[in-house]
Amino acid sequence: MRGVTRVTWAVGCAAAVALAAAGCGGKGGGYGAAGDGVVRAFWTDPQNPLEPANTNEVQGGKVLDMIFRGLKRYNPDSGQAENAAAQSITTNDQRNFTVRLKKGLKFSDGTPVTAKSFVDAWNYGALVTNKQINSYFFEYIDGYDKVHPESGKPTAKTMSGLKVKDDRTFTVRLNQKFSLWPETLGYTAYAPLPKKFFTDHAAWLKKPVGNGPYKVDSYTRGQAMELSRDKRYSGPDKPKNKGVELKVYTDQNTGYTDLQAGNLDVMDELPAGQLKNAKRDLNGRYINQPAGLTQTVSFPFYKKDWKSEKAKKVRRGISMAIDRRMVTDKIYHGTREPAGDLTSPVLKDSGGYDPKLCGETCTYNPKKARQLIKEGGGLPGGRITLSSNVDTGSHRQWMDAVCNSINNVLGKDDACRVNPVPTFSEFRKNLSADKMQGMFRAGWQMDYPLIQDFLQPLYYTNGSSNDSGYSNPRVDKLINQANASEKASAVGKYQQAEKILLDDLPAIPLWYQNGNAGYSDRVSDVRLNPFSVPVFSDIKVK
Amino acid sequence: MGRYVVRRLLQMIPVFVGTTFLIFVMVYAVGDPVNAMFGDRAPDPATAARLRAEFNLDKPVWLQYVLYLGHIFTGNFGSAFNGRPVGDLLVSAFPITLRLTLIALVFEIVIGIVLGVVTGLRRGRPVDSSVLMLTLVVISVPTFVTGSLAQYLIGVVWGLIPPAVSPEAPPGELLLPGLVLALVSLAYVTRLTRTSIAENVRADHVRTALAKGLPRSRVTVRHLLRTSLIPVVTFLGTDVGNLMAGALVTERIFNIQGVGFQLWQGVVRQNAPTVVGFVTALVVIFLLANLLVDLLYAVLDPRIRYA
Repeated sequence: MRGVTRVTWAVGCAAAVALAAAGCGGKGGGYGAAGDGVVRAFWTDPQNPLEPANTNEVQGGKVLDMIFRGLKRYNPDSGQAENAAAQSITTNDQRNFTVRLKKGLKFSDGTPVTAKSFVDAWNYGALVTNKQINSYFFEYIDGYDKVHPESGKPTAKTMSGLKVKDDRTFTVRLNQKFSLWPETLGYTAYAPLPKKFFTDHAAWLKKPVGNGPYKVDSYTRGQAMELSRDKRYSGPDKPKNKGVELKVYTDQNTGYTDLQAGNLDVMDELPAGQLKNAKRDLNGRYINQPAGLTQTVSFPFYKKDWKSEKAKKVRRGISMAIDRRMVTDKIYHGTREPAGDLTSPVLKDSGGYDPKLCGETCTYNPKKARQLIKEGGGLPGGRITLSSNVDTGSHRQWMDAVCNSINNVLGKDDACRVNPVPTFSEFRKNLSADKMQGMFRAGWQMDYPLIQDFLQPLYYTNGSSNDSGYSNPRVDKLINQANASEKASAVGKYQQAEKILLDDLPAIPLWYQNGNAGYSDRVSDVRLNPFSVPVFSDIKVK
Repeated sequence: MGRYVVRRLLQMIPVFVGTTFLIFVMVYAVGDPVNAMFGDRAPDPATAARLRAEFNLDKPVWLQYVLYLGHIFTGNFGSAFNGRPVGDLLVSAFPITLRLTLIALVFEIVIGIVLGVVTGLRRGRPVDSSVLMLTLVVISVPTFVTGSLAQYLIGVVWGLIPPAVSPEAPPGELLLPGLVLALVSLAYVTRLTRTSIAENVRADHVRTALAKGLPRSRVTVRHLLRTSLIPVVTFLGTDVGNLMAGALVTERIFNIQGVGFQLWQGVVRQNAPTVVGFVTALVVIFLLANLLVDLLYAVLDPRIRYA
C-alpha cells in the first residue's frame, strides 16, 4: 500500500470520529429560562423509581410532597397531622378505623379520588412482589403478613384489613391497638394512586399523576422536572407561585455556586463545607431548623459485657464524657443541637419532646464520668471502639471528636478508638449480623412526627430497627399500653417508657440534626417541613 | 494494513472480557447495595430479598457475570436502581463527554503545539522560560482548584457565564470546562513538543531541507513539526481516554451530566451495571484511540509501515 492511500484512510477515520461527535450534539437553549413566578429549585436524581411507597429520601420526597396529598398532612409549623383528603377518621376501640373522604377530590388527570384509590395504593405498597421500600408502613394493617410474608410467596394479593364501603368511605382494621395510627397517615407512602398507575405503570412513571397542589408538566429523567399549579386542587395550601422547576445538579457545590450566581432560587442540603459561611454568603437567606433526625451511639446488647447491671454505669459515664456542645459548634457549625432526649424537637412539647428528660446523664461532666466508669468496673477490656460508616455525613470527624473527648476525660490516649467502616452498606451488613464489638452509631430519621416512631422501632423487643438487641419487658409493656390508650394519654405513657430507656441507656443521645437550606433574593417565605423538604406551595416569587 | 487493523480489533475481544470481569468483581466486592437502600433503618428482609433477586445479587458472582454478559449481547446493559436502563444513560452521557473531550483536545492541540513550537525554536529566551514556568504552575495546581476558582470568578464574581452547564450541554457552555479539563494535558503537550522540536532541529532531514534552500516556515511545518509530533500524538491518543474518564472532577464542578458523573453516581450507589457499562465503553474507546494513534504514526513518519 502506498503512502498517500494510508494518509487519506487515516484522515478519513479521524474526520468520521469528529463528525460523529459533532452530530451527536443536541438542541440546546430553552432550558433554565424559568418564566415569571416559577421557583427554580435544587434537585438530584432520586435513588428509586418515583412511587409513593418506594421513596424514602428527600429528593424523591420533594416531588411526592408537591404532587400528592394523603389523608393527613403534617403542618409545616406545628408538625401536627391535619386532615387533608380525609373528612374524618374515627374509631371506638383504637383498632378499627373508619375513613371518610372529602367531597369532589380529583387527580390532576381529572379522575376522582375515591376510597378505592387509597385501598388499591396501600395494597400495592404492601405486596412484597412489588418490592416497595416503604412496605413496612403498612405493617400494622390486618393481613399484612399474608401479602408480605418474611419469606416465600405471598398468600394473598390484598390486605384483609382494608374494606371499601362506598366511593368516599373505607374501613381499616389493624392487627393491634394503635391509637396514634391516624397521625401516621401524613407520610407520602400513604398517598392515593390513580387508575393509570395500575393500568399503564410505565407511562405513569414517565409522568407521575397525583392529587396534590402541583401537577407534573414535563419530566426528563436525570435532568429536570417542571411542575405547575393544578387548578383542580381544592385544599387549603394552594400554591402561591406559578410553578416549580426542579433542576438536577451533579454536585451540591455546583448548586451552591449557581445559587450565589442567582441562577437557582431554593437549595436544600447545603454542602457541608459551606455551612460555616452560608449565612454570610447568602446575606441571611439561610434556614437552619430542626428536622426529624437524631444521632445516637448504641451498644451491642448481644455481647455479655454490655448486658450487666454494672455496664449501665459505664454507659452513663461514657455519655457524661462526651462534650456534645463542642462537636455541634466546631464540626457542624450549629446545624446540630446537643440532644437531651431520644426524640426530636419537631415533635414539640405537645408531641412528647422534652430536652430535659435525659438530665445530667447527657451533660458533659468529666469528674462524674470518671467516677461512674470506675464504679462500673471500667471499660470492658480497658478500651472501647466506636464504629460507623464514614462515606457520608462527616461521621469520621465527629467520631474522632467524641473519642478524643472520652480519652481526655479518662486521661488515656487509647481508651476509645474509632473503627471506620468504608461504606454504609457494609456497616449495615455488620449491624444486621450482630457483629458489633463496641459502641456504634445509630442514626434515626423519623417516618412520621410521632414519639412512637422514635421509640418502638428502635427499642421494642425485636423492633424492626432494634440493632442493639435491647429488650426490656417494662418498656414493651408501657409501649403496648400507650398504643392502646387514647391519643391524649398515649404521649405520657411513651414518655414514661422513654424515661426507663434513658435510665437503662441502650443508646446515648448525641444530637438533633437540623435541616438547612439557602434561597435567592428572588423568593420569600421559604421554609422546610418536618422532613426537611421545602414547603414549595408557600414560596412567593418577587 | 487491513490485516493489521483486523488483528488489532481481534485483540480487543479478550481485553474486553477481561476488563468487564475485573470491574464486575470489584464492584461486587464493595458489598451489597440493597443494604444501603433503606436509609438508616434496618432493611425489611422480605423486600430486600426480592430486590436482591431482581438484580441477581442473590446468585454467586460468576453466575451474575455470565447473566450480565448474556444480557449485553442482546443489547441490554441492565438498569440503574431507579429503573433507568443503563443503555439510556450511555446514550445521553457519551455525546456530552465526547463534546467536552473534543473541545479539550482542540485546546491541547492548538495552544499546546503552538506554544511547544515557539518555545522549542526559541530555547533559553525569555518566552521559553516564562512558558516553562507557567506550565509548571499549571501542572502543579489540581484541576479541582482551577475549576472551582475559574467557576467562582468568571461565573459568580464577574457573572460572564452561567456557572452551571445546562443538561443539554451546548458546545458554547463547554468552552470553560473544556479549557479547565485541558489545562494539565496542555502543559504536557507544550513540554513534549518543545523537547521533541529541540531534538529534531538538528536532525539530518531537517538540515538537508534547510540546505537545499526550502523556506524556513515550510521546513518547520512540513519537516520538523511532522516528525516531532510522534511523541505528542502518542500522548494525545492515551489522553483521549484519560480526558473522558478524568472528566469526573470537571463534570461535577460544572454540572455536566456526562460519563464521569454517571460513573461517579454508579459507584456511590454501588450499581454494578452502570459502572461496568460505562467503564467498558471507556475501555473500548481507549483501545480504538490507541489503534488510531498507531495508524497515525505511519502518516507522520513515512519510515514507519504496517504490513
